[in-house]
This record gives sequence, C-alpha cells and structure tokens, in this order.
Amino acid sequence: MSPINAVMRRELRSYFVTPVAYVFLVIFLVLAGILTFYAGDFYARGQADLQPFFVMHPWLYLILVPAITMRMWAEEAKGGTLELLLTLPVTLWQALLGKFLAAWLFIGLALGLTFPIWITVNYLGSPDNGVILAGYLGSWFMAGTFVAIGACLSALTRSQVIAFILTALVCVLLILVGQPQVLEFFQGTLPRRLINAVAHLSMLRHFGSIARGVLDLRDLLYFLLSIVGWLAAGVLLLDLKRTR
Amino acid sequence: MIETDQLTRCYGHLTAVDALSIRAEPGQVLGLLGPNGAGKSTAMRMIAGFLAPTSGTARVCGYDIRREPLKAKRALGYLPEGAPSYGELTVREFLQFIVRMRQLKPEVGYRRVDEVVHLLQLDDVLEQCIDTLSKGLRRRVGLAQAILHDPPVLMLDEPTDGLDPNQKHAVRQLIDTMARERTILISTHLLEEVHALCNRVVIIAQGTLLADATPAELEARSRYHGAVSFSAPGSGVSQEMLGRLPQVAAIEVDPLDGRITVFPKPGIRILEPVQTLLREQGLEVSEIQLERGRLDEVFRQITTGTADVA
Repeated sequence: MSPINAVMRRELRSYFVTPVAYVFLVIFLVLAGILTFYAGDFYARGQADLQPFFVMHPWLYLILVPAITMRMWAEEAKGGTLELLLTLPVTLWQALLGKFLAAWLFIGLALGLTFPIWITVNYLGSPDNGVILAGYLGSWFMAGTFVAIGACLSALTRSQVIAFILTALVCVLLILVGQPQVLEFFQGTLPRRLINAVAHLSMLRHFGSIARGVLDLRDLLYFLLSIVGWLAAGVLLLDLKRTR
Repeated sequence: MIETDQLTRCYGHLTAVDALSIRAEPGQVLGLLGPNGAGKSTAMRMIAGFLAPTSGTARVCGYDIRREPLKAKRALGYLPEGAPSYGELTVREFLQFIVRMRQLKPEVGYRRVDEVVHLLQLDDVLEQCIDTLSKGLRRRVGLAQAILHDPPVLMLDEPTDGLDPNQKHAVRQLIDTMARERTILISTHLLEEVHALCNRVVIIAQGTLLADATPAELEARSRYHGAVSFSAPGSGVSQEMLGRLPQVAAIEVDPLDGRITVFPKPGIRILEPVQTLLREQGLEVSEIQLERGRLDEVFRQITTGTADVA
C-alpha cells in the first residue's frame, strides 16, 4: 500500500474519530436543503431539475471547505506530528496528495448524502438524470478546487484562523471574478484581452455550464488544472518551509 | 552509520548548527550532549530530513539526505523531540499507520507490531487512544514507532525525557540491547545517561562542536580525576599531614559534612600514599573513594568555558 493511501486513510480516520466529520455533514446537508428550497425557489420554479440546488454549491463550499482544510497542516505543525510525518519515507507530494484526497473524498461523501433531493425531484417529476449526474460531477470537481486551495494555503501558516480566512478570500475572489459587475469595474482600465482571460478564471462560469447540464471537457479540465496547480504550489510552500 | 559533513543551519542571522561534522559507526551509541538550545534537535531534524540544511550534508547508511532522502529515511528510525503521535488514534492504529507508511509487507508488519508492542510492554494499552495515555507510555509508543521497521540506524531525541526512574532504566536497557549491531544517536542533557548508555560523546554548544571523546576520556579531563576522598572524624590533624605528601596538589574540605578530597599532581596516583599515611597516623577512616572524574564539571567547563572553582 502506498504512503498516499496511508496518509489519506489516517486523515479520514481523524475526521471521524472527532466530531468534525459529523458536525460538517449535518451542517452541509441542512444548509444545502435550506438554500435549495428557500433561497433557490425549488418549488415555485415548477421545473423538475436540480439547478437551484447546484447554483448554491459555490457559496456552500466557500464556508465549509475552508473549515475542513484549515487544520490540514496547521494542526500537524502545532502537535509536532508534522516532524513525524515528514521524516517517514514520503515525498511532500505524496503527503499533500493523501491529505487532499481525504478531504476531497469526504466532501464527495457529503455530496452523495444529498441523494434525498435527487429522489424528491424524481418523485415530483421526470428530470433529466444525465444533467443531474453532470451537475454532481461538476460540483465535486469544483469542491476539489476549493480543497486544493485550502490545502495549499493551510501549509502557509500555523494559524488555523488565518488559513480559514485566506482560503475563503481566494475562493470568493475566484467565484466573483467572472461576474459582470466585477468585469465592468475593470472595463476601460484593463485591456479587453486581459479581462477576457480573467473572466475565464471564474469558477461560476465553468460551473454554471456544468450545472445547466453542458458537460464540456474544457470546464472539467479547468477544475483539474486548478487542482494540480494549487497542489503544486502547496508542495512548493512546504518545501520552502523546510529551508526557512 | 550516521555521518554529518559540515552540516550547517541558519535561521535568519542566527546560526543554530555551525559546520557540524560527526560520525557514528555500527555498534556505537553516540551521545549528542549540550545545554538547551545548543542545536541538538536542529541537527537531528536535518539528519532526519525534516529541515533542509543551509549548507553541508549528512549521510545515513551512506545515503545522502539531499540526494537520496527517501532511502535515507527508510534506513532511519527517528524519535522526534517530545515523541509526537496522532493522539486520536489507538496505539494499534498508530503503529499500523507506520507500517503502511513504511510499506512493510502485511505479514512482516503484523509480526513487527506484535514484537515491538511486547518489547515496550504496550500490550495492555493497545486499544487505547494515545491521548489518554500517560507521558511515559506515550514516549514508549514513540519508541515503538521508531524501531518498528527494525532500522539499522536509530536516532532518538531525548528518549528518556519525562520518564520515571524505572521507565528510564527500561528504555536504557532497550537501547543497550539494540546497540549491538546498530548505529544509535541519542541527544540528551542528562549526564547520567551518558554513563549509562553512550560509548562516545559529542558535546555541542551554540551549534559548534566542542568535544568528541569517550565518556572515560571526558572524565579524565575533570579536576577530580584520580582524586581521593574520604570521611574521617578529627580531620584537622590529617589535613596538615596530607599537605606534606609530595604527590598532593591541593586539599579541599567539604564545609557541610567534613569530607576531605585530596587532589593529585598531574599524572600521579595518590591512593596508596594517602592510605599509607592514614594508616601510619592511626586515623580511623570510615570509607575511602578514588574519584573517576565528574562529568557535570567537565560539561560545564566545556560548554561555558569556565573551570569549576570550589
């Protein structure tokens, strides 16, 4: 069994022996439900799809993912176990990837536990389940990007509070950057091409089309590349910490 | 084998470890000795691959920690300072985690867990969360983790810190039995440990190597080396007599219990002359002792640069 797997399993185990996992799951499910039915007008729309459910996910992740990732490295640094972990025969890549996968799988579990809403919509009407599946997949990949950002920024600081705030800040920037209001603000000051490029960084733009059921490979690639990029930055940060 | 080559580590302007070159061979227990903040832990963290050296390097079993870090880490069993472990896991889960991290084959892993659990007497707490264990038990869990893969090189940062005398004894015995075919580097600031365990001592202070010798050689540097001490009632007379012996350099009387210590001139044995004199004078001596030298005094002398003046 590879060290990535070992790190992942230990990390998942730690979630579930402390109340963290259960508190997270309950809050995630309750919030997902409330946001969909109240803020998302699930019934009033009169359409058999889960768009109001998925549309809220970026905001849900914005609060909940940093709460999962903030302790990723900070806790190990405080408890001294970081020294134990990094003197075992693992590369920084393996350690980071193991932790990332644990958090990502955990969010996947939370996402999977929202299945009653899928049953509800199938009971009430006859939605396109392919679209819903695409929505779930897109949502999970977006969550992966959030987790990767958190995994990277948690390596930056020993303080969990700072890790939380930094992660939430970067995530909100990435959500908002493609919004028309933000883009208009820069119109005139920045060249058009740059604005277009910035707009493509937006999570909402990529997630939006997936949530509508358009599973474009380029959108998935955007999330995958973001994950790899943030994890690579995390490895660099961890390596930098060894030398400083 | 552990070998460091001009190993250096700076934190900003502060040099924590300064061009340290030490070497420990198989069968050797090398004690890294120094006051708190001398750079012992920093040096060990570099050898273990946790911190990157600013310059210089180290080799574990011939593997350079900069070029082949994974091979070096595989050959090494390391107990970090304070014996950290994942407190929310049980002892068994924690050791199993180490088995997986070290990629031991399952059957080897199960056997080794059984062996080290037995060796460190952890049978009774195997299913307990590490957080609920006493300090001594947690230290033993840390030791179990370090020796789980039966490494040729062991590095233990203050292995007996915080243990009671019985536990200290047990840990020392364990290190002693493991020492035969392994290379062991331990850091400590306990001088009794050096006596009990080490066959070679490296003293560092402020990151610099100050002495590299056997415990006996260090003792020989002590002012007390070869001195004779005894308790005798009515000592006033004998002190004057002793002063007349040609071999004697100085005489000190402990103001508390009246114990007399006679210091020889360099390289001269004075036990016999003193005994002869006492017998001739017909003085009753309850007990007489030949001093080997005092490590604490030598340690102070080396690390602070001042001799002990009584």
